[in-house]
Amino acid sequence: MTRWMKTGGILVVLAMLAACAAPTPPAPTATPAGPAQPAAQPSPTPAASPTPAVKKIVLGFTASQTGKLTKESKEQVQGLQLWLEDLQRAGGIRLPDGTVLQVELKFYDDESTKERVQQLYVKLINEDKADFLISPYSSGLADAAAVIAEQYGKIMITTGAASDSTYEKGYQHIFQIYTPASRYLTGAIDFLKKMDPNARRIAIVYENEKFSTDVVNAAKPYAESQGFEVVLFEGYETGTTDFGPFINKIMAARPDAIIGGGHFQDGSTLAKQLFEKKVPVKMIALLVAPAVPEFAQLGDAAVGVIGPSQWEPGARYSPDSAKAAGLPWYGPTVDQFVSAYKAKYGYEPGYHAAGGYAAGLVLQKAIEEAGSVETEKVKAALEKMDLMTFYGRIRFDTGKAHGKQIGHEMVYLQWRKDASGNLIRPIIWPEAAQAAKPIYPLSR
Amino acid sequence: MVSPGVWIASLIDGLLLGFVYGLAAMGLTLIWGVMRVINLAHGPIIALGMFGVYLLFAHAGVNPYLGLLVIALMGLLFGILVYAIAVHRVLNAPHLSTLLATFSVNMMIIGTGTALFTTTPRNIDISLGRLTIGPVVLLGTRLLAALAAVLITGGLYLFLYRTTLGKMVRAVASNRAAAELMGIPSTRVLAFSFGLGTMLAAAAGGLIATFFPFTILSGGTYELKSFVICVLGGLGNPTGALLGGLILGALEGLIPIALPVSWVPVIEFLLFVLLLLLRPQGLLGER
Repeated sequence: MTRWMKTGGILVVLAMLAACAAPTPPAPTATPAGPAQPAAQPSPTPAASPTPAVKKIVLGFTASQTGKLTKESKEQVQGLQLWLEDLQRAGGIRLPDGTVLQVELKFYDDESTKERVQQLYVKLINEDKADFLISPYSSGLADAAAVIAEQYGKIMITTGAASDSTYEKGYQHIFQIYTPASRYLTGAIDFLKKMDPNARRIAIVYENEKFSTDVVNAAKPYAESQGFEVVLFEGYETGTTDFGPFINKIMAARPDAIIGGGHFQDGSTLAKQLFEKKVPVKMIALLVAPAVPEFAQLGDAAVGVIGPSQWEPGARYSPDSAKAAGLPWYGPTVDQFVSAYKAKYGYEPGYHAAGGYAAGLVLQKAIEEAGSVETEKVKAALEKMDLMTFYGRIRFDTGKAHGKQIGHEMVYLQWRKDASGNLIRPIIWPEAAQAAKPIYPLSR
Repeated sequence: MVSPGVWIASLIDGLLLGFVYGLAAMGLTLIWGVMRVINLAHGPIIALGMFGVYLLFAHAGVNPYLGLLVIALMGLLFGILVYAIAVHRVLNAPHLSTLLATFSVNMMIIGTGTALFTTTPRNIDISLGRLTIGPVVLLGTRLLAALAAVLITGGLYLFLYRTTLGKMVRAVASNRAAAELMGIPSTRVLAFSFGLGTMLAAAAGGLIATFFPFTILSGGTYELKSFVICVLGGLGNPTGALLGGLILGALEGLIPIALPVSWVPVIEFLLFVLLLLLRPQGLLGER
């Protein structure tokens, strides 16, 4: 018996070791997004030209060229570099007083860690004399950088960072490009309300983890405020593969719609099993998974599933839709951005790249509006900003959650089969960006 | 109030899965029973079974159930190879040596698998329809998996009790020295038994792959379940493994109806510890 227990003990310890020691996958594309395009050449200051006066400004940020965030960070930086290229082609930022600003990008590798981010942002501010800052990729790193930017009173545009909490700390200089996590699923609720006034019952099932719980904790009161009844509100563990019992519970609650999910694996599994069991709901909207191309592997189970995305190449924002919404338009059109990105990098941009470009664009516009590079004036311009770009609407909260994005909406894509039976995912919401008629209700 | 229909549906869902859990655990328990080795490469081998069936299906269009036969055979050969390379030399050393040896195999499979397949989840897109009886929706893939698990178990019993080679396996398991004196080539029998264990694991993996998505790391979950199941049923006892699998499956089906899903592992492992304390030989005892 004692020997048995000893063996049992070792066994459990080792099994747990085995579970824990599973190596994190090597980043598939480890090629660092090297500064292949050197940051803007220090502009040749035409010493004696009467007008215009040319001034150089430094835009600082860190990129995750190593570590776990390389892939997304690379896209974001590429988007930003494309913005810079377009800006240089246009001759720089022109201020009303005739001054021309040439922007120089200055960045370092943050190794995907918060510690490096904080050291490097201090360096960017003190040694490189950065005039403005852009955030690194991811909520965690952006949050770490925001502390430094705020301490030194520098404006930082955050992109690739959806967390709400950064903007609830009273910061005055941080401005968010991404739609915050709390609004990831609210659009799906609006969609449901618009499509079906009779839909009343919503089941919210979600992964027990920070991002997803943040999203659903905001979605639940929103759904209730819109007159829906939340008939099931329950989390499941990260890594769940068997949703069988859960689905039985969902069926017993007889919802009209299911929203929630978490990340790719659990979300796609849930979608697949909901389909297999023919759960009779009219709408399914899940986080993250439907926005990933591999979701198409689900085949028929993917059809009709809705997912939020910050931006898609098929987005229909245009000067016309801006006019319809009564907003000014600024920057390139969606097509111009997509084709320029494709020409430069050889593939379609995703929302990480679009966010990078938009961060530069928003700063550019704010400087133009301010007519100055002074922090306070640019800050005031950002606070006043309300416009439409290829990336969607941009408007910042100026109240308690200062700097939080309140204009930009998620786009919602819905999987469907095209005429030849291939799975595609056109945007179906918001209406301004709609590329196809939504499938509603689901036929299951 | 939860209607009885939900309980019944969840119980049946759980039991169907339980057969497959039991099959996986049988692989672990067989190796323990015959050679007193705890195979820590059990999980990755389950994952290899998943990938085997997936690759045949996705790239060669082989029906997953046909592919399962191929994978079972490959699992057998792979097990013999692992035995020859990693296990045989340390077989008579203390338990820790075999644990470490099989753990190394575990790490190697996971490392290679991660490099080859990354950890992007894969899916086998197959549907065999469904059968609806009142509140109970039975999925074709799961019914077939349970059926396959039962058939394989039956086959294993026929093999162990009705064939010469099977009898040799049992002889080596009960007393290796005596078996050798009777002229049984124990090394070959041990290698074969190890192969048989990995074959069961790979087959279980292949069946699981027809209804759950997986990565090369997915085996870990089923490995842990296998340990619990073996202890439930009695280590070294294949019938016990099947019974343990059914109990675990039923628990996984029923607990979430009454409690949040997070409680499932808590209750499962509580059971594991209680059994180790109160009935270390398992429900059915060692064979």
